[in-house]
Amino acid sequence: MYTYNEFDEAFVRSRVAQFRGQVEKRLDGSLTEDEFRPLRLMNGLYLQLHAYMLRVAIPYGTLDSRKMRQLAHIAETWDRGYGHFTTRQNIQYNWPKLKDVPDMLDALADVGMHAIQTSGNCIRNVTSDHFAAAAADEIEDPRPTAELMRQWSTDHPEFQFLPRKFKIAITGAPNDRAVVKSHDIGIRMVRGDNGEVGYEISVGGGLGRSPFVGKVIREFLPKADLLPYLESIMQVYNLSGRRDNKYKARIKILVHETGLDEIRAEVEELFPQIREEFTHPSDELLAAIEPHFAPPAFVEKPLGDYEAALAADPLLRSFVETNVVAHKHPSYAIVTISLKPVGGTPGDATAEQMRVMADIAERYSHDELRISHEQNVILPHVAKADLPAVHAALRDAGLGTANVGLISDIIACPGMDYCALATARSIPIAQEISTRFNELKLEHEIGQMKIKISGCINACGHHHVGHIGILGLDRAGVENYQITLGGDGAETMTLGERAGPGFSAEELVPALERLIDAYLKVRRDRQESFLEAYRRLGVAPFKAALYPDQAKDAA
Amino acid sequence: MARPFVPKIITANDLLEGDVIYLTAEGRWSRTYEDAVVATTQEEADDLLRKAEAQPDRIVGAYFVDTAVDEDGTPKPDHFREVFRATGPSNYFLGKQADA
Repeated sequence: MYTYNEFDEAFVRSRVAQFRGQVEKRLDGSLTEDEFRPLRLMNGLYLQLHAYMLRVAIPYGTLDSRKMRQLAHIAETWDRGYGHFTTRQNIQYNWPKLKDVPDMLDALADVGMHAIQTSGNCIRNVTSDHFAAAAADEIEDPRPTAELMRQWSTDHPEFQFLPRKFKIAITGAPNDRAVVKSHDIGIRMVRGDNGEVGYEISVGGGLGRSPFVGKVIREFLPKADLLPYLESIMQVYNLSGRRDNKYKARIKILVHETGLDEIRAEVEELFPQIREEFTHPSDELLAAIEPHFAPPAFVEKPLGDYEAALAADPLLRSFVETNVVAHKHPSYAIVTISLKPVGGTPGDATAEQMRVMADIAERYSHDELRISHEQNVILPHVAKADLPAVHAALRDAGLGTANVGLISDIIACPGMDYCALATARSIPIAQEISTRFNELKLEHEIGQMKIKISGCINACGHHHVGHIGILGLDRAGVENYQITLGGDGAETMTLGERAGPGFSAEELVPALERLIDAYLKVRRDRQESFLEAYRRLGVAPFKAALYPDQAKDAA
Repeated sequence: MARPFVPKIITANDLLEGDVIYLTAEGRWSRTYEDAVVATTQEEADDLLRKAEAQPDRIVGAYFVDTAVDEDGTPKPDHFREVFRATGPSNYFLGKQADA
C-alpha cells in the first residue's frame, strides 16, 4: 500500500492547520460564508440538509485495517457512530459540527488520509477497480498509475480553478468494474502490438443531467507519455471549457459541442511541447511508485477443510456463490462484503462493523480492504481455506448478506434524507425494494440485476447505467420516480432509456414487481439476465408491464 | 389577477451545528418549525429575510419558503423537503425527531 512520504505528510498537515485557522476566522466573524464556503469545500466539508457533511477520500478505494479503524474512531468520536460509503469510493460523515472538523481532519492525517479533492472544481480523487491486483482477468494493477495521477493532480497550480469538477477513473482489466467511460477521463490499461502495457484514453464521459458515454481519444498511449498527455487534455479543457453556464461546463459538453476529432487535434498539437516540459517520463515515475503496491506474500493453505465446510453449510455455499469471485492466485478468492442488508441503507456501516472488517482484513486479507463504487467493501486477498472463518465472522457482525450482484445489491445516493441538492428520497426506495423482493424470495431466481437510484438529476446514484435506473424528482410537490431501462455500467457501457411517465413512491415497487414478473416470463432461460433479455427483446414487453393501462388502451 | 400570497417563513442552517433553524417573531432563531414567524405579505417576507441575512455570524443560507398555517396561526411545513428538514432522515431516528 502507498504510504505517505515526507512531502505528502507535510502537505496534508499544513492543509489541516490552514483549515483550522479558517474555521476560527469564520467563527469569530472575520470570514463571511461567501468567503468561507470555497475554503471548506476544498477540504471536503459540505453543508447538507440537516447538518454539515464531511467527505473523506479513499484514494482508488484502497485502505488497510489501521485506516478503517480510524474511520470507525472518527464516526464514534465526532459523528453518530456510522459512515456512508459512496459511489466515488469515499466515506461521508453526516453529522459533524463545524468546530470539530479540524480535529477530524487531524485524525485522518494521523493515518495518511484527508478530504482533499473530494469537492470543488479540481481534479477529484482518482477512482479505480475495487478488485485491482487481485482480479484474475487483470492485465496490470491500475493503482500505481492512479497514485501517480494523484501526485500530479494534488495542488497542481494550473488546475485549481477548472471550469467544473473533473473525474478520472482507471481500470487494469478488460472487465470494467470502475465505470471508466462515465468519467471526464476514463483509462483502460491495454496491450499494444508488441504486448507492452499502455493506456486507452477516453474523454467526455459523464452521467448527470446530460449523460454521455466517454469517447476514445487515444487508442494506445505508452506509459511514458501518460502525464504529459493528460496535462494536454486538461489544458485544452481549462482554456476552452465553458465557464458561462455551470450546466455546460463539464468536458463532456466541450467534447460534444466541439467534436471529438477537433479536441483530439488540439490535444495532439499541444502534446509534444508539454512532453518537453516534463523532466521525467511517466514510466520512470511509475517505477518508483510500483514497489508500494507489491503483491502480498501469498501462502498455500490446504483446501480439505474448506471443501468439507462448503459441502456441509448451505449458508456458506450461498455466500460463496454470490459474494466470492476468482482471484488471480488459484488458492485465493476475492470476497465482497455486502453493505446492503435486507431493508438497510445502501453503503452504511457502523463503527463496530468497520472494526470487524478491519480485524478480518488484518487477519485474513493481507491487511487490505477496498471500497467499491457499488457501495460495498472488498476483502481482496482471502485464502480459500479461510473462507469459512471469514464468513462466520461477517455473519456475527451482520455483514453476511449473500446478495452481491442481485436485486437487493442496490446503489442509492443519500437523496433527500441528507442531500441539499436532492429532489426526492432514494434510501427508503432502496429499503422497500430490498425488503419486498426478500419477502417474495425471488432474488436468486431473478439473478444478475443492478438497480441504481438517484435522488436528483445529478445522478450520484448512477441511475443512467442501472439495468433498472430510478430517478427521484419533485413533481408538483410530490416525490415522483422515473424508471430507465437497459443501462449498463460495464465495459459495454450503455445509457438506459426512459420507460415512460414516473411513478409515485407508493406505485413504484408494485410497478417493479410487474416488470420483474414480465422478465421472468419472457426470458429464454435462467441464464439470460434481465439486461440480456432487454437487449434481445427491446423495451416493448417491459413497458407493457410497467404501464398495463396504456397497453390495454392500445389493444 | 395577481395570485394570492402564500404565507412564508424564514429558515436557515445554524453556523456551528449545521442544523435547521427558523426565524422567530423576536428576530431570534428556533430549532422548532412551529416557532417560526409567518410573513403574510411579500414585503414582510423580504423584510424578515433581510433581518436573517444580517446575522451571518450565526446562520448560513437563509431563504424563505411557502408554509401552511393552522387555524390558530401556527405554521406547518407544506412541501415534503421542509417536512424532512423539520424531522430528520427517514432511515435513522436522528436529527430533529430525536432531539425533540
